[in-house]
Amino acid sequence: MRLAVEIALARAAGRLSRLARTGGGTTVPGKLLWKVDPGAVDRLAARLPLGSALISATNGKTTTTAMTAEILRGRVRLAHNRSGANLVSGVASTLLDARGAELGLFEVDEAALPEVSERLRPRAVCLGNLFRDQLDRYGELEHVAAGWREAVRALPTEAALALNGDDPQVGDLSRDRPEAVVFGVDDPVVARPALQHAADSKYCVRCGTPYDYAAAYVGHLGDYRCPTCGHARPPLDVVARQVRLGGLDSVAFRLETPEGSEDVTLRVPGLYNVYNALAAATLARALGASLEEIRAGLERFNAAFGRFERIAVGDRRLLMLLIKNPAGANEAVRTIVDGDAPSLAVIALNDRIADGRDVSWIWDVDFEPLFAGLDRLVATGDRAAELALRFKYGGLDADAIEVVPSLERALDRGLELTAPGGELVLLPTYTAMLALRQVVAERGFVRPYWEERAA
Amino acid sequence: MRIVVGHLYPDYLNIYADRGNIAVLARRAAWRGHELEVRTVSVGEPVQPGEHDLLYVGGGQDREQELVAEDLVAKADGVLAAVAGGAALLAVCGGYQLMGRSYRDLNGVDLPGVGLFPLETVAGDARMIGDVLLECELEPGLLRTLAGFENHAGRTRLDPGADALGQVVAGFGNDGESGYEGCRVGRAVGTYLHGPLLPRNPWFADWILTQAVAHRLGEQPVFEPLPDELEQQAHAVSAARARTRGGKR
Repeated sequence: MRLAVEIALARAAGRLSRLARTGGGTTVPGKLLWKVDPGAVDRLAARLPLGSALISATNGKTTTTAMTAEILRGRVRLAHNRSGANLVSGVASTLLDARGAELGLFEVDEAALPEVSERLRPRAVCLGNLFRDQLDRYGELEHVAAGWREAVRALPTEAALALNGDDPQVGDLSRDRPEAVVFGVDDPVVARPALQHAADSKYCVRCGTPYDYAAAYVGHLGDYRCPTCGHARPPLDVVARQVRLGGLDSVAFRLETPEGSEDVTLRVPGLYNVYNALAAATLARALGASLEEIRAGLERFNAAFGRFERIAVGDRRLLMLLIKNPAGANEAVRTIVDGDAPSLAVIALNDRIADGRDVSWIWDVDFEPLFAGLDRLVATGDRAAELALRFKYGGLDADAIEVVPSLERALDRGLELTAPGGELVLLPTYTAMLALRQVVAERGFVRPYWEERAA
Repeated sequence: MRIVVGHLYPDYLNIYADRGNIAVLARRAAWRGHELEVRTVSVGEPVQPGEHDLLYVGGGQDREQELVAEDLVAKADGVLAAVAGGAALLAVCGGYQLMGRSYRDLNGVDLPGVGLFPLETVAGDARMIGDVLLECELEPGLLRTLAGFENHAGRTRLDPGADALGQVVAGFGNDGESGYEGCRVGRAVGTYLHGPLLPRNPWFADWILTQAVAHRLGEQPVFEPLPDELEQQAHAVSAARARTRGGKR
């Protein structure tokens, strides 16, 4: 009875938040519910007849969760935090909103994973990668990794565990969980020639010796082996081979599972999306999806909110790729340059809590591959000048840099410099992405994110 | 002229965009007609006194810092002799702590440092995270500000009479209490400020370069000013951040 009253109250708060236009109301009900009764989240989740599955990673959790949802669509009714509200409060809000849902599918903030896992007692957990990200908020990588080790240890043995074996920290979690299903990429053709500057876990997690990499794919993700103690990538159960990068439009690969293999062509680009697809496939498989359902779902998938979006704005198009930490931004840059290196880009740097208040990470991003084609950069956002310095000291001609702190003005300036029929590349941080999307929405080109619902 | 920088452990200590600091030094030297040559000094490689005009050591996560701490102590004689011979040094965050006399970890164990800076650091529970603004007087009578970002659990205490890098206008500083930040011994400076520090504080980048050139030439060069409008804008935004949200837990 008490839970029913709390649910009604919290839902009303969400409607008020939306009516007041203060936001999507995506976390307000959950925050309220959590304040009133922290245990209510546990009981709400316990009402889901098919239980819950959790996905966490520094990079790709929103996309991986959306891909998994696409695979499972038609099979089960989901409670899915698709707006990316991924703290306990966001999960609670999603549960409040999801009447009639059978399965909870939640992306979870890396630091919140231990608590969410303890409360929801998930039947499956998928862990993707750990990169340095917002050190001012999360603390050091090792701290987050320790929380993950604890969360995995606390999982009941019957819970399914999907792990990215290519990340040394994540792969090592399979040490005491022989039943864990390990996924990874095995295709030296698409490996990077060297470890990137932003590689984090490049020293053996067990003994500290630098790993030898037979192949490095994204940051420190790859096929590693410690020359001293022998710690190496665990054997892969779900593997991507024969990766074919299709510029800005697609990426194809051979998906190999214990049940068989399928060729998969994603409608989103980049090697990092192969990792997301592998994570989604491994998790969906643990939740009962067939290989055919996995292939079909992955091929239907068409970009998660703000991560990689093409938006028509009149007679021009925006190509928006979220950047939020060095590893993720490197992949965004690599994807853009693999397409057709742009001569113009608008890059937006905000420094609010959700972006990270410490903006030093932009100096760890390898923006340089963009420079060759670039003859105009519009730096925007709260820290536009700082961003401009990153490019100035990186060697871009100072005359090519325009500083336009207002996001809306920078967007207009970018559109003005884009020829009709052309595409404007936008690389915003998280809150800048939300703000830019709102500008575009107010002009009638996309709907606000809280109005979007999976069909 | 060629300015030789010894970059200590760039593979390990690079967490707060230390390569940004190096990039700023290289460009600003080049704009004055000097070439900055950066030589990596990593694990197992000694510091040869006289070889470098500037030594740079950045910050790392605890794990990486532990991996190099012992090796750095083994380099201590070389570092001390280099600085005594007039080389400049910039140590940021973890590198700053390691250049002190000792670091006491959360278990109460004292780990030895290089002993260049007259200070001790004690690990604390709550991290001091946020924007910082300092006022510095590196040249008598000349007050200038430094804007950066700090993120440290260590509380650093300077010995009585030791020179700080600056006074905290906003932020935590060395220990959150004393009102001082960083430490200076001649041409050697240690600080918690990253961001990275040098792009938005061009006067300080030039001061460091001046010290390095002085090591090479035996006298301080006079640098022509550069067009630093972007740098000043970035400084102003960062300083404003510190004033509104620095030093708050």
